[in-house]
Amino acid sequence: MSERFETHDHDVLVIGAGGAGLRAAIEALAQGASVGVVSKSLLGKAHTVMAEGGIAAAMANVDSADGWKPHFRDTMRGGKFLNNWRMAQLHAQEAPERVLELEQWGALFDRTQDGRILQRAFGGHTFRRLCHVGDRTGLEMIRTLQDRGVHMGFDVYMECTIVQLLTDGKRCIGAIGYWRETGRFVVFKAKSVVMATGGIGKAWPITSNSWEYTGDGMALAYEAGAELMDMEFVQFHPTGMVWPPGVQGILVTEAVRGEGGILRNKNGERFMERYDPKRMELSTRDVVARSIYTEVKEGRGTEHGGAYLDISHKPAEYVKKKLPSMYHQFKELADVDITKQPMEVGPTCHYVMGGIRVEAETAQSTLPGLFAAGEAAAGLHGANRLGGNSLSDLLVFGRRAGLAAAKHAQEVSAPRIDPAQIDEAEAEALQPFKHQGGESPFAVHRDLQKTMQSLVGIFRVRDDVQKALAELEKYKERLANTSVEGSRMFNPGWHMAIDMKSMLTVSETVARSALVREESRGAHSRIDFPELSAEWGKKNNIIWRDGDAMGLRQDRLSELPAELQQVLAEDK
Amino acid sequence: MAEATMQVFRGGPSGGKTVEYKVPIAPGMVVLDALHYIQGHLSSDLAVRWNCKAGKCGSCSAEVNGRPKLTCKTRMDALPQNEPITVMPIKSFPVIKDLVTDVSWNYKVNKKIPPFTPRAGADWKFYQEDVDRVQEFRKCIECFLCQNVCHVLRDHDKKEQFGGPRFFVRVAGLDMHPMDGLSRTKLLKDELGLGLCNITKCCTEVCPEDIHITDNAIIPLKERVVDEYYDPVLWIVRKIRGTSAG
Repeated sequence: MSERFETHDHDVLVIGAGGAGLRAAIEALAQGASVGVVSKSLLGKAHTVMAEGGIAAAMANVDSADGWKPHFRDTMRGGKFLNNWRMAQLHAQEAPERVLELEQWGALFDRTQDGRILQRAFGGHTFRRLCHVGDRTGLEMIRTLQDRGVHMGFDVYMECTIVQLLTDGKRCIGAIGYWRETGRFVVFKAKSVVMATGGIGKAWPITSNSWEYTGDGMALAYEAGAELMDMEFVQFHPTGMVWPPGVQGILVTEAVRGEGGILRNKNGERFMERYDPKRMELSTRDVVARSIYTEVKEGRGTEHGGAYLDISHKPAEYVKKKLPSMYHQFKELADVDITKQPMEVGPTCHYVMGGIRVEAETAQSTLPGLFAAGEAAAGLHGANRLGGNSLSDLLVFGRRAGLAAAKHAQEVSAPRIDPAQIDEAEAEALQPFKHQGGESPFAVHRDLQKTMQSLVGIFRVRDDVQKALAELEKYKERLANTSVEGSRMFNPGWHMAIDMKSMLTVSETVARSALVREESRGAHSRIDFPELSAEWGKKNNIIWRDGDAMGLRQDRLSELPAELQQVLAEDK
Repeated sequence: MAEATMQVFRGGPSGGKTVEYKVPIAPGMVVLDALHYIQGHLSSDLAVRWNCKAGKCGSCSAEVNGRPKLTCKTRMDALPQNEPITVMPIKSFPVIKDLVTDVSWNYKVNKKIPPFTPRAGADWKFYQEDVDRVQEFRKCIECFLCQNVCHVLRDHDKKEQFGGPRFFVRVAGLDMHPMDGLSRTKLLKDELGLGLCNITKCCTEVCPEDIHITDNAIIPLKERVVDEYYDPVLWIVRKIRGTSAG
């Protein structure tokens, strides 16, 4: 084996180089571990760079009454109490320290009058809580972590895709992947593996997510024997661009509504009056997304199937000052001057609350040696995530995952890799080159996206989801018969065939979980079960690989300790 | 439906040629959409780097009709109609395949730059006016278009002696950071070859983030180097004391 494959050996292997992966790598390095970071893209291009609004952390720099308790409470309320309470507690308690640390590593946040980190208001947060850098907080975070890690000395394996985790029957001991550039395989031996691969949005056509978001982490963990949780909870952000076609899904920040933007249908009606007369446009993301969707479905949508979002009643200079990136985005890409005309917006697939099931303190999955953090992990956000809680999640649980992974690496013996596993993984990955004259993997991807959009979207209903599951079976067959042209050198067709395998797995986990959860909670809305169910409010959906079948069961949420119950009961 | 004729470079390190593709035009389409159409319908192995498709990650740089651009922000209807649109890889870096180039040299340069090093005893209180100037440099999305057009790299290929505008911006972001206590002037002079830049401002012109690379980063850094190494008064002081600069 060692002759046949390029092999790298690390104490800790981190898969994914976004905020969570880099923070995990930095912590593992600080513990003295040798660390490798594998990334599908070039370093510094991960999806974290697209985060705009900020990092939620109860620093109380602007609103002195803030603290971990209100942040914990807001997170649990936003998640409709399906959250892992311990994760929500750790997150709220540790986020301020993680932000300060980032500052000490060189991040330059916007400042308050008295020279501290400035914080802004955001949906669902009781206090002004988001530490930010204009509208490019994610970029600042990625650069800061990237430079910190590079100089501490991790090895980065850029443009490398993992196709399978390696196990010895009891624990995770590494991974096999291929270099995107050459198509050659590479083996990583590791005592601990941290999965920080982000989300699943590319299974839907209208999404704010980048090409990397194909659910690899969840699918790899699932195949290796780890459990997944809460996969039915997929957040659709209410306002993405809908026109022109090429920009469909690109995010239109919530701040437009925060600054007084008004939503109207094609008849000019301010339709939020009918859905949430109290909060109107500033209702929660799930409610606004469902409202826009309903208007369109009932024939009151705009020309291109969205709603109008209008801020033109505000003075032009004010709009340009408060929403500069939105002004440029619409001007450059849509020929719309938002100071004079309304924007056309509609829901866009944005984030998955579900993911790999982890233990709160250590971020360890149910497979020993495999850890997960960030969007790839489940638990913190419950049924719905608040804006700003993602970047803080990456820092808090990235660090915890790195710490626990390094500790685990000290405790276990050197991995012994079974060459048969590698041969098998290689043969499977090369399958698309074996067929001649089959259809392109891109064609199957387009159809998968149509299915997920129309049948497992914002609103779900039993018949639709069942139909989707049947279609997914057909796509599996079609994928097995696709062929790719060209060589193994940087071949996007082949890459898509491999990513499609992950997308089909995670799509099935979403559909199966959505089918059994017979209630509407947070981001999961069932037309046939429109109410919250007290019984379902006590259960997480757990998915695991049961031989060749997908196992699904419900585990009860653990009881909230009395002390935290009291925190939730307090009003502010 | 209207159609565009795309002439896209196909090839590798040993050469290649442009290949013609017909792509249906949709309203508001950008060049990256056209490349994706080719991948999805005509040639699935067309190699293109991209990530966010929203101008935030700097992955999809290419030369469109000879001009360095982010393909995700280049509208098809802003290009001459009824003429083929050529898309070539950025020229200053070796081609891996099609539009994908080997930009690994940039990561090596970055590694030479000493990281943020806080001043001892800093109280971490600083103000918006302290960060405004530096935040401009930190907007950089590393699309490397500035590296691509810089004649020191593009025409003279001085990658051994020169860091390029991207990394002058990076050093500026560190050296002008209100809490940083390290001087990187020696590095700028000796290893990053700042003196080779003759401020033609080509880099500034192509920056998709509108960073004033030449005026706000390079010129002030050149002044620092001059102050530290070529100031006649300091030069005499050093001669007398027998100390060296840096």
